[in-house]
Amino acid sequence: MRSLIDILDLTPAEIDGLIATACDIIDHPQAYADCCRGKKLATLFFEPSTRTRLSFEAAMYELGGNVIGFSEAKSSSASKGESVADTAKVISCYADIIAMRHPKEGAALVAANNASIPVINAGDGGHCHPTQTLADLLTIWREKGRFTDLTVGFCGDLKFGRTVHSLINALSRYTGIKLVLISPEELKLPSYVKKDVLQKNNIPYTQTTSLEEAMPQLDILYMTRVQRERFFNEEDYLRLKDSYILDPKKLESAKPDLCIMHPLPRVNEITVAVDDDPRACYFKQVLAGKHMRMALILKLLEEASV
Amino acid sequence: MKIDSIQNGVVIDHITAGCGMRLYDLLGLDDLDCSVALIKNVASKKMGRKDIIKIDAAIPVNLDIIGYVDPGATVNIIRGGELTEKRAIDMPECLTNVIKCKNPRCITSCEQELSHVFKLTDRENKVYRCIYCETKAN
Repeated sequence: MRSLIDILDLTPAEIDGLIATACDIIDHPQAYADCCRGKKLATLFFEPSTRTRLSFEAAMYELGGNVIGFSEAKSSSASKGESVADTAKVISCYADIIAMRHPKEGAALVAANNASIPVINAGDGGHCHPTQTLADLLTIWREKGRFTDLTVGFCGDLKFGRTVHSLINALSRYTGIKLVLISPEELKLPSYVKKDVLQKNNIPYTQTTSLEEAMPQLDILYMTRVQRERFFNEEDYLRLKDSYILDPKKLESAKPDLCIMHPLPRVNEITVAVDDDPRACYFKQVLAGKHMRMALILKLLEEASV
Repeated sequence: MKIDSIQNGVVIDHITAGCGMRLYDLLGLDDLDCSVALIKNVASKKMGRKDIIKIDAAIPVNLDIIGYVDPGATVNIIRGGELTEKRAIDMPECLTNVIKCKNPRCITSCEQELSHVFKLTDRENKVYRCIYCETKAN
């Protein structure tokens, strides 16, 4: 059974196919309004995530399907001690496809190994979040029209930021990509990502602590939030949380066609004043997320029916 | 130092000096009732120093564990006091329930029934990663 656990489960050609479907959905939403009639999506959210859960639910409703599920672990059988494997087997009897978020890394793979229906990883701890990456890729595609020859800056928490790791993995398969990694020392991109992804794929990258210094060369700036939930130590979180704040002044040296992205939610790392800048694309990303999730649900259900 | 030769059993030879005890532990040799000799820092022309393990019983040994800990080791099967078979050792592509994932954020840390599975991701540098969280094995 085909599932999506990691963005690398999809080939570049499959990603192109999903983007084509998503663009067609954007242009002809009515043509897709009944595609999932009679189908059920189970949203199994073992940790709260309003945004991703609602995006999946909206995606399924716009395809004409239905949604069942839970939005926190305490309202599921996990609170009684049920394993992820058992939950996946049980839900397979009720639904046609699963979207699952879990605080533990690898939980989605466990679900996929035990479910008899497709499982979409909607985030497994600090590990992977492939549908966010699909949203990011559609945003880049619609803003830039290509995935090649781009200088992409990642700023903020590059250590625990799963969206960063996933997008770097996805972009590493295209040519002409240059990365600028902007973070405090403590939140630098893990060395295994640099070695296994960047060096392995000959992706040139530079590391800096200065957003201002990096700004002029960027085609895309991917801001991230320093996530409290990824720290064991509150002191470290408090010390690092305000490392980078993007405001209109910092954007003065940016390219006129810069694409500013953020997986959201933001706290204060992008000031509200930036929202009116035409280069701000983070709310477009949210919409792109819904359309890519629609395309993905269609693809996985179609493959499951063969 | 003299260790008697064995009649029927297994000799794991050419173990990198210092790896013998880890192999002894992971192979579960402490649980055996037969004689087992772990000889450390034996002089070796080829290796300078090496460890050797002699097991005085014809038991099956998990070659994947040996391949994971020390792919340069050799496994000799002894029958009737003669060397009858040399087993090839290679790094296994997958290790199941040999080592545990130490990442407290990994799903294996809270679901006790899950197998701990590691895959070989970098043969050159002998890197194994947990299939669930991709944490590197130590």
